[in-house]
Amino acid sequence: MKFDDEPLVPGENLPVRPGHDSPGRLERVLRAGAFVVTAEIAPPDSADPEEVYARAALFDGYVDAINATDGSGAHCHMSSVGMCSLLTRRGYAMVMQVSARDRNRIAIQGDVLGASAMGVSSILCLTGDSVGVGDHPEAKPVFDLDCMSMLNMVRDMRDKEHFLSGRKITSPPRVFLGAAANPFGPPLDYRPLRLAKKVAAGAQFVQTQYCFDIEIFRNYMSVIRDMGIHEKVFMLVGVGPLASAKSAEWIRSNVPGVHIPDHIIRRLAGADNQKDEGVNVCVDMTQQIKEIEGVHGVHIMAFKQEHRVAEIVTRSGVLAGRELWRPGIARDVDPATH
Amino acid sequence: MHRMRRWSVRNARWLKKLYHGIENALTLCHPLFERVGYQRLDKSFLAIEKVTKGLLIDSQSCGQCIVGFTGLSCPMNCPKTMRNGPCGGVRADGKCEVKPEMDCVWVMAWEGNQQLGEKEYPIQFVQPALNNQLIGTSAWLREVRNRKAVDNEI
Repeated sequence: MKFDDEPLVPGENLPVRPGHDSPGRLERVLRAGAFVVTAEIAPPDSADPEEVYARAALFDGYVDAINATDGSGAHCHMSSVGMCSLLTRRGYAMVMQVSARDRNRIAIQGDVLGASAMGVSSILCLTGDSVGVGDHPEAKPVFDLDCMSMLNMVRDMRDKEHFLSGRKITSPPRVFLGAAANPFGPPLDYRPLRLAKKVAAGAQFVQTQYCFDIEIFRNYMSVIRDMGIHEKVFMLVGVGPLASAKSAEWIRSNVPGVHIPDHIIRRLAGADNQKDEGVNVCVDMTQQIKEIEGVHGVHIMAFKQEHRVAEIVTRSGVLAGRELWRPGIARDVDPATH
Repeated sequence: MHRMRRWSVRNARWLKKLYHGIENALTLCHPLFERVGYQRLDKSFLAIEKVTKGLLIDSQSCGQCIVGFTGLSCPMNCPKTMRNGPCGGVRADGKCEVKPEMDCVWVMAWEGNQQLGEKEYPIQFVQPALNNQLIGTSAWLREVRNRKAVDNEI
């Protein structure tokens, strides 16, 4: 999606429009009413920027914004600040994930300012998985904040222009604030209220856990609509391809918070090519999700299958002919029209 | 201990009333506390809280008690010390992601909130980040002082 005030220099942000909070593309596209696609980039176990660029390039022209995870699954990788800094320089719209697990309020506020200075316009506040599920279970879990107090804190940094301590910030971070939601975790009847609370704490967009159970999600969304929450927050629903029935079994018993119903696993098990069937399930799910009132987009988490994101986006038809930003697009803008 | 926690959550309605009754009674004693000195009383009160709240709700003495909001389920028993609701990792059977043998503190808090019979769920109030300097001090005395400070402002 190209706007009439596109920056001429790649890496520069868009101007902040009246009523908007950030100069970011994600907020722009969402507020323009498009059905948005975001995807999660795999962080490299390396210090090589070329690996980051190559991984981002897989999504060129297919996603509106890219999420950089922050030690997801409590595993160590390149930091979200680092990845975002590299990619914003090239014009990518980044969603910087910040987990409360590894850093306290001093570190997080510093990162928010630093990232904003590097062009990050969207921040996703997370509590984070426990250290026990990762590759450093002996690490000290920090959890100085939770996602809710983090949202509140970053919103105050932006809107009230002060740190949590009350000390003044001279130039506030212009960031669009996001949160995660898991409509599929107990207590199911509390989950819509939990989202309402996140919105009250400052969340403007939400990216959900993987949706494999459309019935639970439809019920959740019907409560969300009754409460009117879908008018206060942009809902991006998590989807992703499962590699096989076996890996689906493993995920549902080992990855916290992922709910996969039996019929999905049976469908995978019965397929000749389980990997392709995983993509088919993802495409079906994406199309069903798009039809639900109150949903504003999908968030594709194609763990170890990032090369199939373009196919999922194309086959599901969610872009409906919309042309997305890709590196180099800024140079097409005619300076004379400005 | 887990059994006692569950009992407290099931009886959240009258326990919350009792809890507030204690705070009200203590507030009346404010002039006396002031004369003796809050600082000097803190250790004794903390000891009383540790025994009573420790027994009933496994209180972790964070010094800024919010169990009135959480249906009498102490959020400091959450391994992620979340003070604003359940994380996304709660197991399908309602057990904790980190400690599978323990009921999720926030699943219990939601049950407790439904027991309260109040018009709005207090669990929905956004709690500020924990003040680490107050850990291991008396929450009751702090509440009394806070109430008096508010009174003085009015």
